[in-house]
Amino acid sequence: MANVFSNAFSSLGEWVNERAPGLMPVYRKHMTEYYAPKNFNIWYYFGSLALLVLVNQILTGIFLTMNYDPSASGAFDSVQYIMRDVEWGWLIRYMHSTGASLFFVVIYLHMFRGLMYGSYQKPRELVWLLGMLIFLVLMAEAFMGYVLPWGNMSFWGAKVIVSLFGTIPVIGKDLVEWIMGDYLPADATLNRFFALHVIALPLVLLLLVVLHLAALHEVGSNNPDGVDVKHGPKGNRWDPTKPADGIPFHPYYTVKDLVGVGLFLAIAAFIIFFQPTFGGWFLEHDNSVPANNLVTPAQIKPVWYFTAFYAIVRMVPSAFGTAVWGVLGMFGAILLLFLLPWIDAGKVKSIRYRGTGYKVALGLFVLAFFGLVLIGTDSTADLIPMLFGAGVDVTSLENLFGRVMVLVYFGFFVFLWLYTHLGWEKTKPVPERVTTHD
Amino acid sequence: MIKRYISFFALVFGLLLGTPAAMAEGPELPDAGTNLRDTASLQRGAHIFFNYCVGCHSLKYLRYERIADDLGLTEEDVMKNLDFTGGKFGDPVVSHMPPDDAQKFFGKAPPDLSLEVSAKGEDWVFAYLNSFYLDPKSPIGWNNTVLPNAAMPFPLWELQGMQVPELKPATPGDDAQVEKLTLLHPGKLTPAEYQQAARDVTNFLAYAAEPAALQRRHYGIWVVLFLLGFTFLAYLLKKEYWKDVH
Repeated sequence: MANVFSNAFSSLGEWVNERAPGLMPVYRKHMTEYYAPKNFNIWYYFGSLALLVLVNQILTGIFLTMNYDPSASGAFDSVQYIMRDVEWGWLIRYMHSTGASLFFVVIYLHMFRGLMYGSYQKPRELVWLLGMLIFLVLMAEAFMGYVLPWGNMSFWGAKVIVSLFGTIPVIGKDLVEWIMGDYLPADATLNRFFALHVIALPLVLLLLVVLHLAALHEVGSNNPDGVDVKHGPKGNRWDPTKPADGIPFHPYYTVKDLVGVGLFLAIAAFIIFFQPTFGGWFLEHDNSVPANNLVTPAQIKPVWYFTAFYAIVRMVPSAFGTAVWGVLGMFGAILLLFLLPWIDAGKVKSIRYRGTGYKVALGLFVLAFFGLVLIGTDSTADLIPMLFGAGVDVTSLENLFGRVMVLVYFGFFVFLWLYTHLGWEKTKPVPERVTTHD
Repeated sequence: MIKRYISFFALVFGLLLGTPAAMAEGPELPDAGTNLRDTASLQRGAHIFFNYCVGCHSLKYLRYERIADDLGLTEEDVMKNLDFTGGKFGDPVVSHMPPDDAQKFFGKAPPDLSLEVSAKGEDWVFAYLNSFYLDPKSPIGWNNTVLPNAAMPFPLWELQGMQVPELKPATPGDDAQVEKLTLLHPGKLTPAEYQQAARDVTNFLAYAAEPAALQRRHYGIWVVLFLLGFTFLAYLLKKEYWKDVH
């Protein structure tokens, strides 16, 4: 019996191969004969996990669109309909909402990995640029998705974020109306955000992910030692011409990633089934109130994953009669990440062999990011009186702290440029071969 | 190394979960102590809700049939003891009060309570139900320390009784504030019984805000256990494959 199946399977394979002889080489190039360095550590799980979450978002998203009503009068009710009357609708929605937050957790860790091991450096600049484009599109995708449930925070969040474009001199006001299709976020806004969220941006995202992977597989993966295995000694068990420190992605990294997938899904399932709102971090309490343009929530703030950038808008003061500087600061904060391969002229890639200055700077950069998250989530409004007593002037302390954090964030890039372009960095010798693996 | 990373992530995870994203401003509220697994409490809460609240407040996202299924009641129980609005068994809970009249009576139409607990939290609802007091200055005769100048009269007064405020005298730069509430006329219930009744209503409203909570807790533990088992098997598989990587 088993023979019948395997014969049928192999003759099907032959049939396909005869008609599309280019397919197997693609599979080999990206899986069985993609030689990845054998020393990946825990930080190398997040790429495959990001792909997993993307698939989850698309699949659960398809089922959500079957019952969601993208109109200002019906959106909020339809979300409750999904939560209550659609079979397993609550599970699908929680998978989607938890997936959105975990997507950013995974992406931020994936990006931090790139910073730690110099994965953006030559020859992987294109991989990094495509990755940053994915991040940018993902932010647009998440923002528009957040508006769709049409709760009060959706409404006010949309209003505030779209108004950021209004700070652009001359065209700002018209631009805001053009984006929303109305004077306020309204039915027209919801319709177009829905179209962009379910069709346009996911298509762009998928294309970029394919290009990101294709670009990576051209140059090969970096690793925690920052040693280019392609330039090291040749010859392994499978192929005398391939890198000695490389192992085929399949089966070695497919089974290894499976462990990461299992653990990640267990954590995700814990959140989905026991803490779906995650204490108000993933699903905000104010979004349980329908959108209302007459009632402003106590505090308007974006979901946690945008808060670091949102804090920059808040902390950069207006000058010369315009508030555009904060918005420029926010976009600048992202643009500088794009330019990282050219800002950093470091001679070595991995933090293991970089100078102390880089280690300290990266640490401060991460602290600044978390500091900005605290401000953006308004946690500082509670933390400052707790630390300094109830009588202190919270706003001015918050501004002071926030502006220092903004300076540290941008200072990282300035320092990195000076440090590497002026040759101040004292690096450690990089080994010839990768050092450890598990 | 791996252990260090795992404990780091566990720490961040725990810290975040313990820090509710600023929810209600103002003083800490006492714990409502509700429990969705306490079906008897949910049934009592439903009973109070349908006797005292549904005259003004709807639960437009919750159907009578769903209540029967989730609270272990029969169709007859629900239709005879809870459904006073004349709705069919499959209908959502919609109050009889016409919104226009409500607007005239109270100055503000009574809100739908389906998602009240999601929006405000259990502790807030519980505290609100405990904090009504007589206020001759208010047009409706009642006021509330948790939601000052609430437009809502206190329908549960015959259970709790009537509370009056003890004022902290006004100081320069500060208005007189309610320091605590004392019971002027006792109601049908003792204070302890009333606390339980308020807790039951809060529990029922928490259920109404997310009926799926009953299911997700039921399935959740098995899903997480399965995935942990899967991870363990995947780990063994990985170890087996990686034996020959040197």
